Amino acid sequence: MLDLSYESAIIIEQMFLENAVDVMKERVILHSDLNNFYASVECLHRPEIRDKPVAVCGDPLLRHGIVLAKNYPAKATGIQTGEAIWQAQQKCPGLVVLPPNFGLYLRFARLAREIYASYTDQVEPFGLDEAWLDVTGSCHMCGDGREIANRIRARIKEELGVTASVGVSYNKIFAKLGSDMKKPDATTVITSESFRSMVWPLPAGDLLYVGRATKRKLAARGIVSIGDIAVTDPAWLRSLLGKWGEVLWSFANGLDDSPVIRMGEESQIKSVGNSITTPRDLETDEDVEMTFYVLSESVAERMREHGFKCRTAQIYIRDKNLCSISAQDKFLRPTQLSSDLAEKAMSLFRAHYVWENPIRSLGVKGTDLVAADSCEQLSLFEDEERRRKQEKIEAAVDGLRHRFGHFSIQRALLLQDQKLGAINPKEDHVIHPVAFFKEGGLP
Amino acid sequence: MEERRYCNPDKVYVSVKALFYPDGGFKPTSLIWDDGCEYAIDKVTDIRRAASLKAGGTGIRYTCRIGNKTVYLFLEEDRWFMERGRG
Repeated sequence: MLDLSYESAIIIEQMFLENAVDVMKERVILHSDLNNFYASVECLHRPEIRDKPVAVCGDPLLRHGIVLAKNYPAKATGIQTGEAIWQAQQKCPGLVVLPPNFGLYLRFARLAREIYASYTDQVEPFGLDEAWLDVTGSCHMCGDGREIANRIRARIKEELGVTASVGVSYNKIFAKLGSDMKKPDATTVITSESFRSMVWPLPAGDLLYVGRATKRKLAARGIVSIGDIAVTDPAWLRSLLGKWGEVLWSFANGLDDSPVIRMGEESQIKSVGNSITTPRDLETDEDVEMTFYVLSESVAERMREHGFKCRTAQIYIRDKNLCSISAQDKFLRPTQLSSDLAEKAMSLFRAHYVWENPIRSLGVKGTDLVAADSCEQLSLFEDEERRRKQEKIEAAVDGLRHRFGHFSIQRALLLQDQKLGAINPKEDHVIHPVAFFKEGGLP
Repeated sequence: MEERRYCNPDKVYVSVKALFYPDGGFKPTSLIWDDGCEYAIDKVTDIRRAASLKAGGTGIRYTCRIGNKTVYLFLEEDRWFMERGRG
């Protein structure tokens, strides 16, 4: 039986109380945003262009010719991220236009994460250049939130040669707003006492998940600032915007309590997909079929890599007028075969698309995933042997591509059009967009 | 995804001879400059990650004594570089 002296009991009680205070106290969340990330990394590596206006842009030949990032001299001329290269060059005739070097940006993102990891294991990346850090547990060793933020900024500048803005707050939403307030190379602290004066005057559009459509809807009803959202009846917001209305209300009032995900606790993969803006507009069923095969091969290869099969295929079509539709259908049995995906995509396309305009973008996604080695009902009416052979062929193709490169083996179908056949979605598109709420919806 | 390398006249990639210890650590002992001359590194006085604004890049920076000069030697992933004009 445990025999505790009076002193020991007191010490244990004190420890318990300290822990209880720790549990009750506010979290300390940082949001770090690497300033003008792509452009800053380029300028670091090319000292000769550092003082010139610089924009990192996609490839115009592949019709990705938009501004992805720009440095401060370029920003001063009014260039916006997302605008076409020609528009940017009109605003700034001396603009230095550079192609992206994603391999380099990935390395810098990894190095930044290594710096974050020396303060906490709760580091949640948000794209390549942003991350949330929960440093609540490190404050007793490394100082308060502002001090840790300043240390991180100094290290990023010294070790990586780029700058970061860091927001410090007690929730992720305000931390992110803080990192946007002062740029470059600055720390902004938003506390539970100061958020009304600091956050509420900001435009509603600054709040995460208030996009253009939501902003328009809110503005039409006189809600223009974050403070306006905060003081509006949440039930009324729900009637206007659905469940997002209440979520935005809680964001505006500092009630977001979503955790910063711990490193290694990657969100569960719910779907595997690829979409592409094709090098030329697609005008026939054959063009579409070719593109679906290219995309399906990439999706199927990634599903095999991660050990998944999908039960549903989803397609996405966007025409040259930027009107888009999507459609989905179930497979009779889970699959990770590119031919199954491409055939299903094509049948969905034929059922849902009427050829009125040429097509600009296509996407294929495998959803409703199951583990590749899970048990499945065999079919009495399908040639199981042929299916197994097909799976072996695709695995062999993966192996060949891994050893000798993607284009070492290709379907004959893809040789019909050099431009479309030359797309390699798996390697060209490793940087996937991210969402605050990972797939699976609201918290 | 492979990264593209940049050519910068102030960034000189050099060959380095190093001593590898049984515990896996290592220490650069000499470097071969781009003119072919080999210079013995007398002492490594500091090792830290740092960016080089002059050469353009980042890596593990070895502060080295060569004769009576202090030079920076950077290990950038799998290549060594130095800043021209510093040595």
